Amino acid sequence: MDVKKIFKLRAGYQDLLIPFLSIITSLVIGAIIIYASGANVYAAYKGLWQGSFGNARTIAETFVSTTPYILTGLAVAFGFRCGLFNIGAEGQLYAGALAAAYIGYAWRGLPHFIHLPIAIIAGIIAGGIWGAIPGYLKAKTGAHEVINTIMMNHIMIRLTDYLVKNPMLDPKASVPRTAYILKSAYLPKIFPGFRLHWGFILAIIAIFLIYYILFKTKVGFEIRTVGLNQDAARYAGMNISKNFVLAMAISGGLAGLAGAGEVLGLNYNLPAAFVSGFGFDAIAIALLAKSNPFAVFPSAMLWAALRNGAGLMQVRAKISIDLVNIIQAFVIMFIAAPNIVRYLYRIRAEREKAGVLLTKGWGQ
Amino acid sequence: MSKDNHMSEEILSLKGVVKSFPGVLANDHIDFSLKKGEIHTLLGENGAGKTTLMNILYGLYTPDEGEIFIDGQKVIIHSPADALSHGIGMVHQHFMLIPNMSVCENIILGNESKKRGLIDEEQATGRIETLSEKYKFSLNPGDMVKDLPIGMQQKVEILKALYREATVLILDEPTAVLTPQESEELFEILRSLKDEGKSIIFISHKLKEVLEISDIITVLRDGKAIGSVRPDQTDEGHLANMMVGREVILKVHKEKMHKGKPVLEVNDLTVFDRRGVSVVNGINFNVHSGEIYGVAGVQGNGQTELVEALTGLLPFVSGEVIIDGAKIEGDNPREVFERGTAHIPEDRHKYGLVLPYPIRDNLVLCSYYHKPFSKRLALNFPVIIEKSSKLLKEFDIKASSILDITETLSGGNQQKTVVARELGREVKLLIAAQPTRGLDVGSIEYIHKKIVETRDAGCAVLLVSSELDEILSLSDTIGVIYKGQIVKTLSSEEATKEQLGLLMAGILEKT
Amino acid sequence: MEKSNYKTIVFSALTIILNLLIIRFSFRFLGQDLKSIIGFGKLGSISVFTGRTIFILACLGLAGSIFPLVRRLEKFINLSFFVTAFVAVATLILWAGIDSKFDIVGLLALSLRLSTPIVLGALSGILCERTGVINIAIEGMMLTAACIGFTAALYLGNIWLGLICAVVSGAVMSLLHAFLSVTMITDQIISGTVINILAVGLTGFIRRSFLIRARLSRTAILPIITVPLLAKIPIIGAIIFTNQPIVFMMMGLVALITILLFKTRWGLRTRSIGEHPEAADTVGINVFKMKYQNVMLGGMLAGLAGAWFSLETTGSFDDLMTNGKGFIALAAMIFGKWHPVGAFTGGLIFGFSDALQIIFQIKGIPIPPQFLWMLPYLITMVVLAGVIGKSTPPAADGKPYIKR
Repeated sequence: MDVKKIFKLRAGYQDLLIPFLSIITSLVIGAIIIYASGANVYAAYKGLWQGSFGNARTIAETFVSTTPYILTGLAVAFGFRCGLFNIGAEGQLYAGALAAAYIGYAWRGLPHFIHLPIAIIAGIIAGGIWGAIPGYLKAKTGAHEVINTIMMNHIMIRLTDYLVKNPMLDPKASVPRTAYILKSAYLPKIFPGFRLHWGFILAIIAIFLIYYILFKTKVGFEIRTVGLNQDAARYAGMNISKNFVLAMAISGGLAGLAGAGEVLGLNYNLPAAFVSGFGFDAIAIALLAKSNPFAVFPSAMLWAALRNGAGLMQVRAKISIDLVNIIQAFVIMFIAAPNIVRYLYRIRAEREKAGVLLTKGWGQ
Repeated sequence: MSKDNHMSEEILSLKGVVKSFPGVLANDHIDFSLKKGEIHTLLGENGAGKTTLMNILYGLYTPDEGEIFIDGQKVIIHSPADALSHGIGMVHQHFMLIPNMSVCENIILGNESKKRGLIDEEQATGRIETLSEKYKFSLNPGDMVKDLPIGMQQKVEILKALYREATVLILDEPTAVLTPQESEELFEILRSLKDEGKSIIFISHKLKEVLEISDIITVLRDGKAIGSVRPDQTDEGHLANMMVGREVILKVHKEKMHKGKPVLEVNDLTVFDRRGVSVVNGINFNVHSGEIYGVAGVQGNGQTELVEALTGLLPFVSGEVIIDGAKIEGDNPREVFERGTAHIPEDRHKYGLVLPYPIRDNLVLCSYYHKPFSKRLALNFPVIIEKSSKLLKEFDIKASSILDITETLSGGNQQKTVVARELGREVKLLIAAQPTRGLDVGSIEYIHKKIVETRDAGCAVLLVSSELDEILSLSDTIGVIYKGQIVKTLSSEEATKEQLGLLMAGILEKT
Repeated sequence: MEKSNYKTIVFSALTIILNLLIIRFSFRFLGQDLKSIIGFGKLGSISVFTGRTIFILACLGLAGSIFPLVRRLEKFINLSFFVTAFVAVATLILWAGIDSKFDIVGLLALSLRLSTPIVLGALSGILCERTGVINIAIEGMMLTAACIGFTAALYLGNIWLGLICAVVSGAVMSLLHAFLSVTMITDQIISGTVINILAVGLTGFIRRSFLIRARLSRTAILPIITVPLLAKIPIIGAIIFTNQPIVFMMMGLVALITILLFKTRWGLRTRSIGEHPEAADTVGINVFKMKYQNVMLGGMLAGLAGAWFSLETTGSFDDLMTNGKGFIALAAMIFGKWHPVGAFTGGLIFGFSDALQIIFQIKGIPIPPQFLWMLPYLITMVVLAGVIGKSTPPAADGKPYIKR
């Protein structure tokens, strides 16, 4: 028994160690790239730090970006748990933003405690529907969700562009955007003077809720079983198709909530130039968190810090913000292939735990 | 044994081979030698290390220790390419054939002759036809492998080795997929190869056939070579003893059956497999309470699809299935489960278990959704823990706790987990498909005991197995399945192995 | 049986509705004596009454889509689908051709040109997947190659050297994919995603750090080559034999890879690994070497496709300029059932829809451009849903091969 306990502790320790070393190694690679392109590594990383955690305002801003990262990260992680790779969080986020914006400006005369929840729920439902479509297609036709979600991202971005420039256009605006949402649909700020809004609290609640759904309910048990072994799930009488659609709908709903939060808490309108990128980074966040809802929080924070700090880094060290993308790609690579990290740091492999295998060919 | 084919004729030997896998010592200092023109059998039960040893010889595994000699010269075999260049060919238990390619493509793969940069198919076809004629294989090089019956596929595998002019042929459990008559045909081929001077390593755990075909038998047990005997110096009992290391009760103890009313009635059931081919063709049979109904047949005659259809994993095309007096719709595993059906699936890793789950979750895999295991939407963990702890003890699953990951259990304990889940509740019908495949003798005995207990408790049991011995020793009634139909039903007292073998091959007249 | 009936009814209903809508649409022109002018390159042009032609075509389409419903035959679904698609496309062309010539030859030539990166990407996918490695990183490889090829062409001052660098950079990215998925046994989808993200970062970084800062933005594009004599053949000469080098290479590679894959030793071995790597291993084939080799060849093809964007078409490099074409290439590959010729056909369909979209925009058809841009993505989804027949991937596609 004692030996077993030690083993378990060690396993937990490696679960933290590998992500940590992955991040460090990626930052080192980033440093090499900065150095190679002739910039000052210290200034760059100092800028990165100060831009994300330098003072109260930047910290609050980091949490502002953390909010959609948590929600989209949870979205992708939830899909992973059902064996689905949702690359479409970006499109689902747009769908949520569109719906929330529309309810926000078009439904007039509602009190705050009704208007805001309706706008939020509309965002969740819109994202959910946009997510459920590739889930349905996978369930019924075996079409791989990776390609379909990417295609639906492209379609949604075009659709948003069309809607914002045509039926939803605010004719008074100088740049193409929707009308401003009404005050009654605002997500309130948490602290006066800072942009951090109640969407952050919703994201934290979502973490607990998703944990509860996944590990304490029948639905979660089914989704996890389908994710780990579809044949066994079918044998146990679970409906695979239903779970695919449901998991993608919940996943899309989370991303939709992220989009609603951006509109209702931050922008108060939806511009045609709306570019989030949260949905793509979410893949890395979910992988880094190993699809654990609680671990999504620190991963999301890291990504938010990189995103927010990049601006100051660019100013201070004249290094392109794209460096952050490169660092992020390396983080995912090391997380996905832990053997590279183990090799680099001479860590002995523990018993390989079964992960989520996504690659199952293009059809059933 | 004459003097001249002694010593000098030893063409291959393995000395002190050791191979370990995490947690298992698969080969423990094994010595083995093969002479020219002999059929040398490796005998042992599942997990004794036979396949591991042969995979080392064939270059698929690298041994931890030990040496290989060919024609008296020490060689190192890194890969199958090395083995092939030394004239070693192997027919694997799971055929190494590509279903979507032709016989010709399968045979020449890796050994293609070229003409102006392209594959010289004409020449290859010619050679294959010559070889096929010589050994009376009647293979058509243009046929797709997926369209051939299992017996023919095996011939393609053998031809693959002969095409490469192998002098040593390893056959890993070749008779597992054949009827007794097809096995006889295979033995004829092996004898003619032997007469040509080829040497054959024959792997099996079936005592009778081993005594029939071998020149010498080496017995493996727990990774060790126990000894070598000639067939004329031994008998089945002695070999079984060497194989298992203790007296084996070859007969399962069971009381006379108390047959009750029919629990499972199958009428004119037709099922298509996943490719849309009709594999169960209007099958009819009944299983009564208190009866073990054994389905005997060569693999691939519709058994898998029959079981999947009965348990709701495949839809019916036509016909009806009645469980406990009520017709079922089919294509719905939960419906069948709720009728009081237990199902031990053929492939426990595919269907039976979610390997990364703790044992606890696998024990409630089918019942999680109803009371008392869940309340409304939430799972009721206290009840789940209580039930699974009880099952763990009751079914003697060797694990430190219900939270152990199922993947870490041995095959026997994994199967016990499946059995515990399926039989740990009120059942009226047990459908057991290949319930002991790949298990050690201890686990086999345990599972057999449980199946008989279930039957004695008044449950109906449908047993599907490709092990004829298992069918004969457990069943009360035996139905022989051939091309998706029960061609004959007999009671286990009147059935003989020979008769079953003929029936399994579709030969009805002589019975 | 029930299921296929259901499918027949749904699809027939959809095609019938579409045909009815087209008939309704033709009423707009029936009252007027509008004429559409359809051109055939240098052969001249014909003009037809717009409304009547559309009406007749749509009636034929309607008959074609009712037919499978009456006969309850699944195999006619494809037919009705294609007939309806033809009617829809013809309608749009007739609409666009009202009073201003719509040149079919120009449309087809543009289709072939636009299909080039998709076909090359699909060939890249075929090489990888025939050896059992799923490659969703074609997009990232293309993007990297487009950027590196362009940068190299600028810095080295020679566009052909740029082309070579593009191909090499594709190979380097695919080497990473092979390392992650074959050696490290990383999930192939994740490995591909890593490369796609890395490519976005890397190309953005190079563009902002080297190209924009150095005020470098344009290079020449690859020259148009006119094949002597053959280019003089009417219609075909203009479509096929007057093109830029990568288009020619694409067509040559389709033929070459078809022969290699199905007639040579390399091809047989490649296919065997995609179907059953253990079987290949047991006859002495080096599975790992073959996988690396083919994934890298695939990367080179993706690199060539990337060069098409920057060196053959625009002579510049923009962020995300591949615009999802790598994923559309995968759809073309699936459509083509993992066969080079099939992938070519699939690529042409996408190229055609892209070309239509561009010409419609030039002609100023009052359909919002956003919807036209969506078209290729929608078609990809339709293809993946298996509306046009089910295609089966190589048996061991996506499964890592773990040597025992």
